[in-house]
Amino acid sequence: MSIDVQRIRAEFPVLRQQVHGRDLVYLDNAATTQKPRAVIDALRRYYEHDNANVHRGVHALSERATAAYEGARASLRALLNARSVREIVFVRGATEGINLVASSWGGTHVGAGDEVLITGMEHHSNIVPWQMLCERVGATLKVLPIDQRGALCLDQLDALLSERTKLVGVVHLSNALGTINPVSEIIRRAHAVGAKVLIDGAQAVAHMPIDVQALDCDFYVTSAHKMYGPTGIGVLYAKEALLEAMPPYQGGGDMIRMVTFERTEYNELPYKFEAGTPNIAGAIGFAAAVAWLSAQGVERLAAHEQQLLDYATERAAACDGLRLIGTASRRATVLSFVLDGVHPHDLGTILDREGIAIRAGHHCAMPVMQHFGVPATARASFAAYNTREEVDALFAALAKARALFA
Amino acid sequence: MFDLRDLYQQVIVDHNKHPRNFGKLSRYNHEADGYNPLCGDRLHVYLDIDASGRIADVSFEGEGCAISMASASLMTEAMKGRSVEEMREVFDAFQRMVTDDLDALPDEERLGKLTVLAGVREFPSRIKCATLCWHTLKAAADDTAEVVKTE
Ligand SMILES: Cc1ncc(COP(=O)(O)O)c(C=O)c1O
Repeated sequence: MSIDVQRIRAEFPVLRQQVHGRDLVYLDNAATTQKPRAVIDALRRYYEHDNANVHRGVHALSERATAAYEGARASLRALLNARSVREIVFVRGATEGINLVASSWGGTHVGAGDEVLITGMEHHSNIVPWQMLCERVGATLKVLPIDQRGALCLDQLDALLSERTKLVGVVHLSNALGTINPVSEIIRRAHAVGAKVLIDGAQAVAHMPIDVQALDCDFYVTSAHKMYGPTGIGVLYAKEALLEAMPPYQGGGDMIRMVTFERTEYNELPYKFEAGTPNIAGAIGFAAAVAWLSAQGVERLAAHEQQLLDYATERAAACDGLRLIGTASRRATVLSFVLDGVHPHDLGTILDREGIAIRAGHHCAMPVMQHFGVPATARASFAAYNTREEVDALFAALAKARALFA
Repeated sequence: MFDLRDLYQQVIVDHNKHPRNFGKLSRYNHEADGYNPLCGDRLHVYLDIDASGRIADVSFEGEGCAISMASASLMTEAMKGRSVEEMREVFDAFQRMVTDDLDALPDEERLGKLTVLAGVREFPSRIKCATLCWHTLKAAADDTAEVVKTE
């Protein structure tokens, strides 16, 4: 079950460097992960050999590019276990996926007096699009609160759900707290009142196997760059019947079957939702990341990361003046904390001089900060290539920071 | 090699822990809000300018990183008793100091003790932490109604 971390590290060129004269310790994986050689090579290979536009040329390069792009769609279908490639829409990332659903599905299925239910630990990208929708159509945004440990108050869910609830939006794995939410349970209860459910899987896919059919979610979004793939590409999964009934999100080339000035006939799924030249290289890099992740085995990587998180949590408990933000019983990859007497922003600067990259700030989840009464937290987040020694380096640097401010 | 102590000098650590002129003035005739969205620093500056255009008293409230707290604390100390005109000159000199080339010498004459913040220029992402209080002070003097933002 255990993995050879040194072998994995060797596949990530960026890790072989020093920052301020120290070996780089990259612990900002929840912001974006580093990319393995396989992904970098796939991008280069595509640009060096196959670059062409897709779905329109009859020449060899265009056929190769199209095959690779559609092959990427098939990889994502398999990874998420969607029923069909028609349910796999390439988008810019989780953010665009949510905006697409809020605008296209929300715009036609949520009306005045309806409700959208989200949770108290959502990333801004799963708050603001719903706020904008509610404001536009006169619906109400409701929030399922979180408790003092950073877990959802599930006992309040049924009271918040009603036949007015049209959509429930939940983050699968919280980027600010590391909480893994019981999404199956939430989906079941939401469906019982006829609501659709969108799962924000931006953080989850790199750290756990996903099966959208088993979950029975209606929408699932994620970003490639948080799962060892390139930036600028992500995926929206949606049940085919929903996509079928949704109007296009953007108009343009590729999303049409026939255009006259009188009317336009839209293309079939999923192309109806992919207007314009897509991020072809990104999709190909995404597929390389999926292949890499599958070859390693997501569960094996997750087990390794869990050991690191458990070890870090243990060390945190023994660290004077450190308060963990987010202590839910089911957590992954994220260690969010504040240190007595040292503002997270100063901590970020001090750790950087030790070669350690963490995130300091509100993690695009300001309501979570408000809930815990802190302006910001420091966040270390682990990926497959991190080691126990790096956790030690983190805590040694924290001790230094405290000494500096003593 | 660069030492973190160059940025976090003892004076800065001390002013962060024990900020001077912290809290609301009992008498003031100008005030302004400052906000740094990147790190969530919030400041409120109270200013009492007398009839001759002299800063009779100045204080601040808020929360933020050590750089922003210490900078605000040092600023209030340095500005008490100065004219608004002088304040603007020091503001410019301070602004120059934290954005200058690494080897440029700060204007010691104008800045005095404020030169302990010169190390900030090594840290581009932290310059705004040091300047937030100054922008807020200037906004208070100018009676700008809007919240000052660093970006
Ligand atoms: C939980 C969560 N949702 C959504 C997003 C947005 O992802 P992206 O910026 O790639 O669209 C992030 C990224 O930080 C995230 O952590």
